[in-house]
Amino acid sequence: MVKFNYVITDEVGIHARPAGLLVKTAQQLSSKVTISKGDKSGDAKKIFSIMGLCAKQGDEITVTVEGENEAEDAKTLEAFLKENL
Amino acid sequence: MIKLQGKTVFSGIAIGRISVFKDPDIAVKREHVDDTEKEWKRVTDAKAEAINELGALYDIAMEQVGESGAEVFSVHQMMLEDEDFSDSIKNIIETEKVNAEYAVATTADNFAEMFASMDDDYMKARAADIKDISNRLLKILCGVKRSGVSDNEPSIIAADDLSPSETVRMDKSKVLAFVTRHGSSNSHTAILARTMNIPALIGVDFDDDAVDGKTGIVDGSEGVIYIDPSEELLETYRKKQEELLRQREMLKALKGKPTETKSGRKLNLYANIGGVSDVAYVLQNDAEGIGLFRSEFLYLSKEDYPSEEEQFKVYKTVLQNMAGKKVIIRTLDIGADKQIDYFKLDHEENPAMGFRAIRICLERPEVFKTQLRALFRAGLYGTAAIMYPMITSVEEIREIKSIVEEVKAELTAQNIPFNPDIEQGIMIETPAAVMISDLLAKEVDFFSIGTNDLTQYTLAIDRQNSKLDRFYNPHHEAVLRMIELVVKNAHKEGIWAGICGELGADTTLTERFVNMGVDELSVSPTFVLPIREKIRAME
Repeated sequence: MVKFNYVITDEVGIHARPAGLLVKTAQQLSSKVTISKGDKSGDAKKIFSIMGLCAKQGDEITVTVEGENEAEDAKTLEAFLKENL
Repeated sequence: MIKLQGKTVFSGIAIGRISVFKDPDIAVKREHVDDTEKEWKRVTDAKAEAINELGALYDIAMEQVGESGAEVFSVHQMMLEDEDFSDSIKNIIETEKVNAEYAVATTADNFAEMFASMDDDYMKARAADIKDISNRLLKILCGVKRSGVSDNEPSIIAADDLSPSETVRMDKSKVLAFVTRHGSSNSHTAILARTMNIPALIGVDFDDDAVDGKTGIVDGSEGVIYIDPSEELLETYRKKQEELLRQREMLKALKGKPTETKSGRKLNLYANIGGVSDVAYVLQNDAEGIGLFRSEFLYLSKEDYPSEEEQFKVYKTVLQNMAGKKVIIRTLDIGADKQIDYFKLDHEENPAMGFRAIRICLERPEVFKTQLRALFRAGLYGTAAIMYPMITSVEEIREIKSIVEEVKAELTAQNIPFNPDIEQGIMIETPAAVMISDLLAKEVDFFSIGTNDLTQYTLAIDRQNSKLDRFYNPHHEAVLRMIELVVKNAHKEGIWAGICGELGADTTLTERFVNMGVDELSVSPTFVLPIREKIRAME
């Protein structure tokens, strides 16, 4: 299991468009990806689950990646977050 | 005539017939089913069809409004494919033994509720997306035909709210404006209205029967819609609309073009603003910078002195929004016709010649220093310039300079980052400043001529007194000669001179100003393009 934290810098937060891109990215990975914010957590492969976190600018999210390719998948996600959120 | 107030999400004027757009009601009944597998198959089939439809809408939207407007349909596809959403529908069908329609509607309500309860306006608006996708499924399930604007006449579309798919599917040449009861400035209708360049109002509380088929005027600048307007009002708005169209045409033709004469003499054409929100007009009208940012509003809208931090944020925002273009901020100019209670200024018999502007700042350096600190700090975020108003002598400038040096020394000692190399200039608005402009030019980086006060002081005519109107000649040769002298003296010392008063926007004088060698004109944002047009037509 690989875990990392990320602080949202995008002005609007994980809104519809980046949420869609995030889900698309996560769906291509073999690992199970969980994103949590405070006591809420969601499956990164499901759009409603991600939008339900209501993550806004300044919020810290924790990304948990589990699976055979976890190290590499975590890197992919971290790069995605930095680029888009 | 009825006048209804709403909130503008995109400005403009539309005149035409109002057409109420209603989605056919889909009445969902709860029905008992035995074959739940068959119901689930109906859902998966409908889903596949809906995803196809969305793919087609994505393509249309890409063509009409580009990727930012089209993206929503790909998000909708993803929402339809969402496992939790499907699981919920399936679960309801199986456990309650009910029809597909009921399961879809119930699931959509639950999901929409989740968004509606979020304490974030953007997310709240996403409840409309859920409604949109569930309606799409329901229409396919119930076999309802799509609704749309069927009329041939272009109309003002009035609706409860419009979903992204409805807005995209509408024949754009038939839509004059959008008026909705609900919706938000983050809604897709708003985004599309902006891209389509048509006025849109939200939050208008209208009655379907009272507006349908009637003539309406949508005034985006005021956020109002008039229903059954008088012929007189129609005429006024037709004129306004024409003017707006002309403006837009001009914008198209002149946007991005340099402000220069045919022989290649260039001028800096800037805009005057009185607050942060005006920056939008500056950019819309393609001004090359801000030549006069009146900082008074920071003080006028308050009960107490604005703090350094408050001011810093405002200056920083404007500088960032102008992205490197020049922003000339005039330091506090109150007194005369602008009074502020907490400054506790004495009543004066002759305020125009009284305790005002730089005189207050020099008398109360603590107020002045707060503003200067904020300005020099904000200077790191763009191209700022500072301009001091109501100067009459070289001594005043020296006094300002020593206060500026103190401010810089304090910031340095406190380790607060700031831009030490900000251009500093003065307003030329007193005859005294004109007469010694040769001396003043040695002390500062630029001159900006404030023609309103300069005219009032030169002609000894109080502009607030309407009895004097017939004696007031804005084109008085005395004032024009003063401008010429100021420009000449500025150039002798190698500094630039501009005009930021009303006279600068007078197109009958533009040619004369250019010939005098004026380097910059700063005018209200709406005058920027007419002046650029004038200058570009000059030899």
